[in-house]
Amino acid sequence: MNRYPIWKYVVIALAIAFGLIYTLPNFFGESPAVQVSSAKATVKIDTAVLGRVEQALTAAQVAHTGVQLEGTSIRVRLKDTDTQLKTKDVLARALNPDASDPVYVVALNLLSASPQWLTSLHALPMYLGLDLRGGVHFLLQVDMKAALAKRVDATVGEVRGLLREKNVRHAGIVRNGNAVEVRFREEAAAERARGLITDANADLQVVEGPAEGGERRLVVTLKPAAERTLLDNSVTQNITTLNNRINELGVSEPVIARQGADRIVVQLPGVQDTARAKDILGRTATLEARLVDLSAEGQSAITSQGPVPFGSELFRQGRGAPVVLKKEPIFTGEQLTSAAATFDENQRAAVAISLNDPAGRRLREVSRENIKKPMAVVLFERGRGEVLTVATIQSELGSRFQITGMDSPQASNDLALLLRAGALAAPMEIIEERTIGPSLGADNIRQGFNSTLYGFIAIAAFMIAYYLVVGFISTVALAVNLLLLVALLSLLQATLTLPGIAAIALTLGMAIDANVLINERIREELRNGATPQAAIATGYERAWGTILDSNITTLIAGVALLAFGSGAVRGFAVVHCLGILTSMFSAVVVSRGLVNLWYGRRKKLTSISIGQVWKPKGA
Amino acid sequence: MEFFRIKADIPFMRHALVLNAISVALFVAAVAFLAVRGLHFSIEFTGGTVMEVAYPQAADLTKIRDTVGGLKFDEVQVQNFGTSRDVMIRLSIEKGVTSAQQSETVMAALKAVDPAVELRRVEFVGPQVGKELATDGALALLMVIIGIMIYLAFRFEWKFSVAAIIANLHDVIIILGFFAAFQWEFSLSVLAAVLAVLGYSVNESVVIFDRIRETFRNKRKMDTVQVIDHAITSTISRTMITHGSTLMMVLAMLFFGGPTLHYFALALAIGICFGIYSSVFVAAAIAMWLGVKREDLIKPVKKKEGAEAELP
Repeated sequence: MNRYPIWKYVVIALAIAFGLIYTLPNFFGESPAVQVSSAKATVKIDTAVLGRVEQALTAAQVAHTGVQLEGTSIRVRLKDTDTQLKTKDVLARALNPDASDPVYVVALNLLSASPQWLTSLHALPMYLGLDLRGGVHFLLQVDMKAALAKRVDATVGEVRGLLREKNVRHAGIVRNGNAVEVRFREEAAAERARGLITDANADLQVVEGPAEGGERRLVVTLKPAAERTLLDNSVTQNITTLNNRINELGVSEPVIARQGADRIVVQLPGVQDTARAKDILGRTATLEARLVDLSAEGQSAITSQGPVPFGSELFRQGRGAPVVLKKEPIFTGEQLTSAAATFDENQRAAVAISLNDPAGRRLREVSRENIKKPMAVVLFERGRGEVLTVATIQSELGSRFQITGMDSPQASNDLALLLRAGALAAPMEIIEERTIGPSLGADNIRQGFNSTLYGFIAIAAFMIAYYLVVGFISTVALAVNLLLLVALLSLLQATLTLPGIAAIALTLGMAIDANVLINERIREELRNGATPQAAIATGYERAWGTILDSNITTLIAGVALLAFGSGAVRGFAVVHCLGILTSMFSAVVVSRGLVNLWYGRRKKLTSISIGQVWKPKGA
Repeated sequence: MEFFRIKADIPFMRHALVLNAISVALFVAAVAFLAVRGLHFSIEFTGGTVMEVAYPQAADLTKIRDTVGGLKFDEVQVQNFGTSRDVMIRLSIEKGVTSAQQSETVMAALKAVDPAVELRRVEFVGPQVGKELATDGALALLMVIIGIMIYLAFRFEWKFSVAAIIANLHDVIIILGFFAAFQWEFSLSVLAAVLAVLGYSVNESVVIFDRIRETFRNKRKMDTVQVIDHAITSTISRTMITHGSTLMMVLAMLFFGGPTLHYFALALAIGICFGIYSSVFVAAAIAMWLGVKREDLIKPVKKKEGAEAELP
């Protein structure tokens, strides 16, 4: 009766094999590597850069164990830390001729040293949280009110400009909270304005406000959908901006992610210099559109290194550079209300730009006088300008215009992003900050590991002493539980934190409950005079209902923690929940399989090695 | 080896009244401590800045206090953390000064006095985050209670679910009472421990309830009190061994887990001890006071008329 069908053994064997394979990468440690990523918004990492890296390595005769292009960075794996430092210098010199203005970030990194076949199975080491590896964590709150206010201000200008353009007489335009109120003395004007506004911008909605003193009032607001898109875009834009800036820090694996509706998490593993990190997060960049200086002096300044004419400036960085631009800006980044990738009438990729009213007016004047002449957009950061684009003015431009002639939709997308990302869409505030020194991280790993180890040894010793062979089987089942849990955590790449390690320990301590329940039941059956085989069968069977009930209540607590917890609590809950699931499998299925394997085949089993079974006299 | 050689059922319920009185007394004391002293919330809940710095030799707290005190921040706490070389500095939130500036000023001042000081950790939590965490924590607690009650009512009976929740909330309140009485720091991880204890000790009650149901089914001659006594007696050895094992793990964390896991492990240890007590003496007793009957658990099988007639 205590036999498992073959398929159950196969399932157990497969589970253990899975556990071993996915736990394995955690034992290989990490090997030194050098990572190359882009420092400039306009520079992309591609196979051409990969070629340059390989060339530089061959030229300097650096022995490496592999060069890979992964996503937006190139990684060079190396044998030891000495070559790592040397390689960093070699690559930095080769890729950044001008050290004061690096185009590429060359950073030291650690990569998992597990063999290629494991990596190709997606078997990676557990992803350690910042509290275990050290680094900086920021939680930023995007000020949505400010983003909205900026948009409403732009709408005021937009409506005013529109009404003036179409000669609609109004009695005043004011901003009222997040709405724009337009008053009219004449009925017809109001009706016309209403049509004009909704036609001009599909994002706006117009409702009738309460009339006052014989004046009709129209209330213009953003449609809820447009408002959501705006807020969404501001967060995405801020993330893009942060991404560009953090690249400069040369962090190997930064995490910049959205959290909830209006928050951004920034995690910089290994960074200790919080001051610099914070400075970079909070920096403001400016965007300026300028005319190209086409004068002979200006043009000669590019080629012959002659003096740059007064009132002009020479830019060497970016697309279309070198170029000499007039110093006076036509419009600036703050006046830009949106930039989006689109297509022109010939279905070529283009970028649609809209400006606020004053900037639109200014551009109209300037463009009228400079048709067929080039204009450039420059991004200033840290006092240095980078040319984003140089485009020829085809006709008189207004507050809405297009930059056409882009190579691909990808290129127009990039430019739109850059134009928008010049500045933060909305101000941000650091609402949570955590810095963990590398020594503390290492301490946390060691202490978490040690407590789990000692606890496990204590439980194992007790179980074996108290339940003998069956106790040993329980211990093996507990070890399988640990194996499966670590494998699952590695497979899911869930972030392991110190509370997570604590949850591993606690889950192991609690998982032994199922085996104690089973073993006590078996003893009880033996005490009541059951045969050993019958005692095993009934013991497992009766204990199962109890195990299920008790694990489900624990799981309810775990899931609630997962749903409502944050930070430390969530890290704990993830591991706790997974651990409960693996423990049910290992404590019931695996231990039963082992017991069946050990005892189930013997037809005439006279005793089970489960420790002393005491029987009260006369019972 | 067999620790528990029990000849006859132990009359646990005979002393139920006395033990429940003790529970009530402990509960009241815990509530009193919570009301009078309150919990010593970590900055995760209150908002503020915490810095952890390490010195190569034993740190001179008075000197550090003077140095940091000289910076004219509103509220500063300096204390040892873990070892005599590690120091924890807590700063309250100040309007107009960002956390970055705060921690940098403090670090610069400390470096000026002793350049060997090393920054181990900085944590800043804004006030709005703290409020959210507190709300989320309360919500999590509520959801755990509701979820467990529904499950138990479904699997057993409402009397059991009420009994289990009262017994285990009593555990939670007592843990919190300890934290209030000794002014131990109540952090997010302690909250996680408290909620884990809630799930864990309900699990304990479930094991006993399961046995009560089984005993009702098998031993038809026993009355309710005897059934409860029998169920507790037959599970007591499992209760002690399981909790002993879990406690070993938790103690390993308490002793080897370092200062970060200290209060987490402490909350668990207290919770486990009281979890045993409350499951054995409180949960079953409350179920008894609520008047559980055999019929509550074992639905009388309605005989289908005619079903028997068909049998030969």
